[in-house]
Amino acid sequence: MTETTSAPTAAPEATGPKPAHPALEFLRAFARNQSAIIGLILLALVLGTTFLGPVFYDVDPYSMVDMPFVAPGGEYAPLGTDYLGRDMLAGIIEGGRATLAVGAAAAVISVVIGILIGSLAGYFGGWIDAALMKVTEFFQILPTLLLAMVLVTIFGATLVTITLAIGAVSWPQVARLARAEFMKIRKLDYVQAARTAGARDAYLIFRVILPAALPPLVVAAGLAVGAAILFEAGMSFLGLGDPNTMSWGLIIGQNRNYLLDAWWTVTLPGVAIFITVLAISLVGDGINDALNPKLRRR
Amino acid sequence: MPPLVKRLASAIGLLVAVLVLNFLLIQMAPGDPVEVIVGEMGGASEELIARLRAEYGLDKPVIVQLGLYLSKVVTGDFGYSYYFNQPVLGLILQRLPATILLVVSSLMIAVVVGTLMGIYSARKPKGLLSHFVTIFSLVGYAAPVFWTGLMLLILFASVFPIFPVSGMQNVRGSETWIGAVLDVLHHLVLPSVTLASIYIATYSRLSRASMLDVLGSDYIRTARAKGLNERRVIFGHALRNGLIPVVTMVGLQFGQLFAGAVLVETVFNWPGLGRLAYESILRRDYPTILAILFFSAILVMVANILTDLAYGKIDPRIGGSRRKAPKPKGAAQ
Repeated sequence: MTETTSAPTAAPEATGPKPAHPALEFLRAFARNQSAIIGLILLALVLGTTFLGPVFYDVDPYSMVDMPFVAPGGEYAPLGTDYLGRDMLAGIIEGGRATLAVGAAAAVISVVIGILIGSLAGYFGGWIDAALMKVTEFFQILPTLLLAMVLVTIFGATLVTITLAIGAVSWPQVARLARAEFMKIRKLDYVQAARTAGARDAYLIFRVILPAALPPLVVAAGLAVGAAILFEAGMSFLGLGDPNTMSWGLIIGQNRNYLLDAWWTVTLPGVAIFITVLAISLVGDGINDALNPKLRRR
Repeated sequence: MPPLVKRLASAIGLLVAVLVLNFLLIQMAPGDPVEVIVGEMGGASEELIARLRAEYGLDKPVIVQLGLYLSKVVTGDFGYSYYFNQPVLGLILQRLPATILLVVSSLMIAVVVGTLMGIYSARKPKGLLSHFVTIFSLVGYAAPVFWTGLMLLILFASVFPIFPVSGMQNVRGSETWIGAVLDVLHHLVLPSVTLASIYIATYSRLSRASMLDVLGSDYIRTARAKGLNERRVIFGHALRNGLIPVVTMVGLQFGQLFAGAVLVETVFNWPGLGRLAYESILRRDYPTILAILFFSAILVMVANILTDLAYGKIDPRIGGSRRKAPKPKGAAQ
């Protein structure tokens, strides 16, 4: 009730005797949060490894470098080899790119759809709200993973279809959040004032209300990236990912049958997923707390 | 009870929508169903193809085909699985109990453990265990569920072989029914704990936030002032309100729970709908996979209605089945 609506109206009184810029205030609160900083460092580590990794560790992830199932610490492969004798470290570096790209792109898609549907429903209310919420409910009763699996099977498994499928099934939570924010904000005085001044619906939605509704949506978007990464990993683990592109889930799925002989082949890519999602959620929580002074005090 | 009737009507409407979606998905699939079937069978004669086409009504307009499809479903005919070589409905009813068992027991573990963890860390926010709870909830959220399962599988297959890691029953079976039940429960441990791990994280976070909120409220102070002991205050007074967001979440996440079941069942070879979904997807067995989509929608629907009924029990302010839980301020989104 209190967290975001004050942004446009109450910025001056919220900041003690010396009014600081809200962005500065936010950064300060974020920097004080230990776990958020740890998350940021982990995230930088993950991004650095996946995107700069090939510069420092130039091994083809698709070709055989040693015998299959060489344990970590081997002569040719520091993190061991998989069931085809491919270098695990190179695979993890390479696989991170697909996983992160799909995760980020799918999250963007789901957030855009969610904001669009949620804002229209929350802004207009009435039958538009009722109809859009029926659609949302419809998507919420279908198990997302199952629906995405069907979509990918029908349209073929490429990075693009997987991204679209994940985005197309993961938006309902964002939509509900956006709707709640819009319903709250549209009643505020400054929105009424803008309306009285003759602003049209589109202007009110995107220029007047959306900026005020953004903070919780930004946090939701962060969490959506984490969820999409887990989603992508689950699909590629099941063998529904793009079979031609290395990804963390794919490595786990391909080596799964040998896990008792070669634990590292399934453990290490999972650790990579885990660290990535953990980092994103720590940063997301940090942003949330920094945006929300009431929670900060706890 | 009119609200419940309204709810059921809306549920049926949504299920019809799921069927229409299913139909559209079949239409969108490359090649028509007959080609898929013939492909699966490894080729067929022209005659058979023509007969199948007529049988499926593929020579008729799309809207007539939709009508045919719906009327078939109403009579319980979900088509024939050419891969499993039996009617889809029988296949699904065969696998359904295992999934319900897995999902319900995971949910119970998650709600009980998660809520207790949340209560504890709301009571003693600086305690050692609270930090553990925080860490655990982060781990539960960030670890992919199939990976958690695989890690447990490694642990319990080679290091501590005390739980079976695959299937639902002993190969040899049991002589007595009590032995059979215990055997199934023994097999259930790892899959249900794995599936619960994600939701323990969510529920402990949620119940922590809402308990913190509730414990700060006036009526709790009154209860303490009356001299009630702490146990009564927490479990008799605070928990009832503190649980509302958890109940909301259980209802909202039931579909996701089922999605998790697909992964967990695949990891532990649990013979439920989830693994059936995986198997039929790999075989492009569309009638089966679409029927699973439909039945999982029914499961979610039933869970939602039960959640609504649970609201009325927990919070007397909510009469009937309206979903108007007053969100405690500051609860996690």
